[in-house]
Amino acid sequence: MEDFNLFIRSIFIDNMIFAYFLGMCSFLAVSKNVKTAMGLGVAVTFMLVISLPVNYLLETYVLKQGALTWLGEEYASVDLSFLSLIMFIAVIASMTQLVEMTVEKYAPTLYSQLGIFLPLIAVNCAILGGSLFMQQRSFDSVLTATCAGAGWGIGWLLAIVAIAAIRERLTSYSNIPKPLRGIGITFIITALMGIAFMSFLGIKI
Amino acid sequence: MAEKINNKKVFFNPFSKDNPVIVQVLGICSCLAVTAKLEPAIVMGISVIAVLVFSNVIISLIRNTIPTNIRIIVQLVVVAGLVVIVDQLLKAYAYDVSKQLSVFIGLIITNCILMGRLEAFAMSNKPWPSFLDGIGNGIGYTIILVIVAFFRELLGSGTLLGYQVIPQSFYDVGYVNNGLMILPPMALIVVACIIWVHRIYNKDLQED
Repeated sequence: MEDFNLFIRSIFIDNMIFAYFLGMCSFLAVSKNVKTAMGLGVAVTFMLVISLPVNYLLETYVLKQGALTWLGEEYASVDLSFLSLIMFIAVIASMTQLVEMTVEKYAPTLYSQLGIFLPLIAVNCAILGGSLFMQQRSFDSVLTATCAGAGWGIGWLLAIVAIAAIRERLTSYSNIPKPLRGIGITFIITALMGIAFMSFLGIKI
Repeated sequence: MAEKINNKKVFFNPFSKDNPVIVQVLGICSCLAVTAKLEPAIVMGISVIAVLVFSNVIISLIRNTIPTNIRIIVQLVVVAGLVVIVDQLLKAYAYDVSKQLSVFIGLIITNCILMGRLEAFAMSNKPWPSFLDGIGNGIGYTIILVIVAFFRELLGSGTLLGYQVIPQSFYDVGYVNNGLMILPPMALIVVACIIWVHRIYNKDLQED
């Protein structure tokens, strides 16, 4: 139950885009139409769900202070946490490459849909951000980490699909000042949606 | 001679015409998070310049030996190594600022400016132009960061670099700091205004 609450909280209250503003670059660049936005959203969710548990295990059994105790008593004082950045990003990058190769082999249609987005995911701040938050909040189990990852991913997916839907209709229904068209107005819409999402902040689940 | 002009362009274009933040739309995340105050924004800018310059030069030096299949991992490892160095240096010499920046120093790794420049420039150019490109883009990024932080700190807290700028007499007549400016969404609006002004003067950048 605890984990389910965390899952819901990660979608709405701790939304990656509107609460932390992580993963903005691809969010702004790939939100021109709903279909591609959906593809990228699914890919990001997928990567978060895979990479968070792996990084959690890595953090608990290798990187944390005293995590290497299972190797023997003399390792109890080893603290490798300064390596966590490199380890996390290496895991994420290699996972991305692995997922890319697997998808290419077994699901060519999905691969051609996701296409260029897969390699881009490795540098999506939302994914590394997820791992860093996981480290900061010290979750208790792999399941908790997976739930949080799934929640953040789905929250990101909803956000990017919402903004893509708005952008698709924006040009035909509104008269935006010329210099503000395209990227400028997207910034403002995102900001307004972010302010709206702040109303979730006080809710405790 | 031709190369000289080219280098100059590589260095100066990112300041305005090809600015990484407002034209290429790279590195927005950190731009929002660290600009509530001027001081962390400047530190962040300097860190990004340092990491960008060194990673550009290193990747450019080894660009011919990297197999294309695993280039993303190689680039990320180089960048991550540099970021860890910056992180540890900040912890040692500027502990307070490093506390304020928290995870965002770590997130320099995934700052799209780095990957964007490495992919688009350093992978296909010699070390010297890559060096200039790194400095140029780093400064372009810092300029935007400083402008945004300037407005947010001035309007949000009435201070600049921690010093009181708006005189007390203003507050006595009823002037109130705009608390909304401290919140991250306002950074987006400030950036949008910068884009607006910038595109009024650069008509060729306007989209339909």
